[in-house]
Amino acid sequence: MTDTPVRPDAPTQTTTKPPVRERRSLSEVAAQVPDAPRRRTVGPQVRRVLKHVLLIGFGLIMLYPLLWMLSSSFKPNEIIFRDPSLIPSAIDLSNYGEGWNALLHPFHHYLLNSAIIVLGSVVGNLVSCSMAAYAFARLKFRGRPIWFAIMLMTIMLPIHVIIVPQYILFSELQWINTFLPLIVPKLLATDAFFIFLMVQFFRGLPKELDEAARLDGCGHGRIFLQIMLPLSLPALATTAIFTFIWTWNDFFSQLIFLTRPDMYTVPIALRTFIDATSNSSWGPLFAMSIVSLIPVFIVFLFGQKYLVKGIATTGIK
Amino acid sequence: MSVIQEVAKTRGASRELRKGDGKAAAIFLAPWFLGLGLITAFPLLASLYLSFTDYSLLEAPSWIGLENYQRMFEDPRWLQSLSVTLRYVLISVPLQLMAALALAMVLDRGLRGLAIYRSVYYLPSLLGSSVAIALLWRQVFGADGLVNQVLGYFGIQGYGWVSHPDYALGTLMILNVWTFGAPMIIFLAGLRQIPAMYYEAASIDGASKVRQFFNITIPLLSPIIFFNLVLQLIGAFQSFTQAFIVSGGTGGPVDSTLFYTLYLYQNGFKSFDMGYASAMAWFLLLIVAGMTAVNFLASKYWVFYDD
Repeated sequence: MTDTPVRPDAPTQTTTKPPVRERRSLSEVAAQVPDAPRRRTVGPQVRRVLKHVLLIGFGLIMLYPLLWMLSSSFKPNEIIFRDPSLIPSAIDLSNYGEGWNALLHPFHHYLLNSAIIVLGSVVGNLVSCSMAAYAFARLKFRGRPIWFAIMLMTIMLPIHVIIVPQYILFSELQWINTFLPLIVPKLLATDAFFIFLMVQFFRGLPKELDEAARLDGCGHGRIFLQIMLPLSLPALATTAIFTFIWTWNDFFSQLIFLTRPDMYTVPIALRTFIDATSNSSWGPLFAMSIVSLIPVFIVFLFGQKYLVKGIATTGIK
Repeated sequence: MSVIQEVAKTRGASRELRKGDGKAAAIFLAPWFLGLGLITAFPLLASLYLSFTDYSLLEAPSWIGLENYQRMFEDPRWLQSLSVTLRYVLISVPLQLMAALALAMVLDRGLRGLAIYRSVYYLPSLLGSSVAIALLWRQVFGADGLVNQVLGYFGIQGYGWVSHPDYALGTLMILNVWTFGAPMIIFLAGLRQIPAMYYEAASIDGASKVRQFFNITIPLLSPIIFFNLVLQLIGAFQSFTQAFIVSGGTGGPVDSTLFYTLYLYQNGFKSFDMGYASAMAWFLLLIVAGMTAVNFLASKYWVFYDD
């Protein structure tokens, strides 16, 4: 896809900072040229402040719905729709208590179900995708370019084209209403996206390392486990973080494979809130929505570096 | 490198290594091969077969030829779902990319606090596909939701946007535009690759900012724009959660948010009309593949690769 494959950990920031500085100094030089328009020497500061004001304002508008949901989750129901202000007059946790127990099972039941699926998916993707990536990046075998191309094509394949036969297959296996249809495919490297990500990363590691190890009698298993993986922690982290967020947010496949209330995950449980509660009780719904977003938010806070690099190199969401 | 190979030859290890590669590859690729066969390729072919049958899970599939495909073009709800999805994709994706590019341009120039702005604008991309945000949207654009409260301050009486057939799809488009953060980060990385001296040279020659944008930024960024366009088009075509939650699973009001995938879900997993759902799925695959192919063909005329 990209014409110049960049290693996921390639520090785009450090390599590009110098030009930015250079640009600034050059424009200063240009400003000193007598013919340069005068506003250039006065304008920049006013402009810069104005720019920050606009950017902060825009950021607030973007985040306003989220902040409003957060503050509404602390407000009693009657007030939510009358008071669009962000600061609740008093912190009222009753929405959380009410929401936690509003459905058939207490909310931690759904959190636990989601956690199991997420954990299985993360482990599955890390193991299976890194193994496949090692083969594509380092091993010589017949038909490699063709298999690689097939792998790339499966990234683009809409899940809707395979979901019906998958459903039939998994119901034959009695796997409906278990977590297996959601975890087993990850153990089989079906998230080919991450294979691609790790192939890109492995290709950036110096080949001399594993060639030397092979001469010393190392097998591919040891090279993979003791040389490649320890050097690939950034790519593994990116994979783990994206798998976490995607699986946590996933709705479509969980909706299809989990239909029994005790197997519900967080997104499916949230959805039943609409039916279970009347339209007037938005408070508990908001409270549980906030609870459902907290894990993603925490991963976002601590994994930002890997998220940004992951997106910049491969273009994922 | 050649020295290493020489050494390897003298030890007689070279042949062993090459032999070993095939075996090792088979082991390393075993999970992927299994997944490719069982989870991807077999279902892909099975759904192609099912698309020519009448199948409801209870009885064995019966062959009906092209009937499912004919039925699609006579099914007003299918035509509606196609039209809704096309409008959603063709309007919200360009708007989303324009927002992404505009913000990336503003954030690019060694701005103080860049990392914070980038995080703030990116956050919605991570949350945007979740059920929680779709529920929030349902409320924000509801009859007495946040938007109407704000409009109320200006004395404007708003609609129940999500329950109005003319506006419900619009609220979903806004949701998609709201998640411009991911393409913005790709644009930011792309803008950094453009050498600053191009702009310096142009401004010394007296080229305006607008001209610089159209004659330097756009051509040099075009591969990235193309990349973003392809990705976002494919993604938007498969949107499901937002429409499902906002409409409560119906695609309403009056089918105005009946996304293609939502109608597919209703046929396959509500009415268990799995033959028809498979035909719809294959048609979706053809649309997505066709759209991507057209994109690649068209790219010859506007994407500029600086080799």
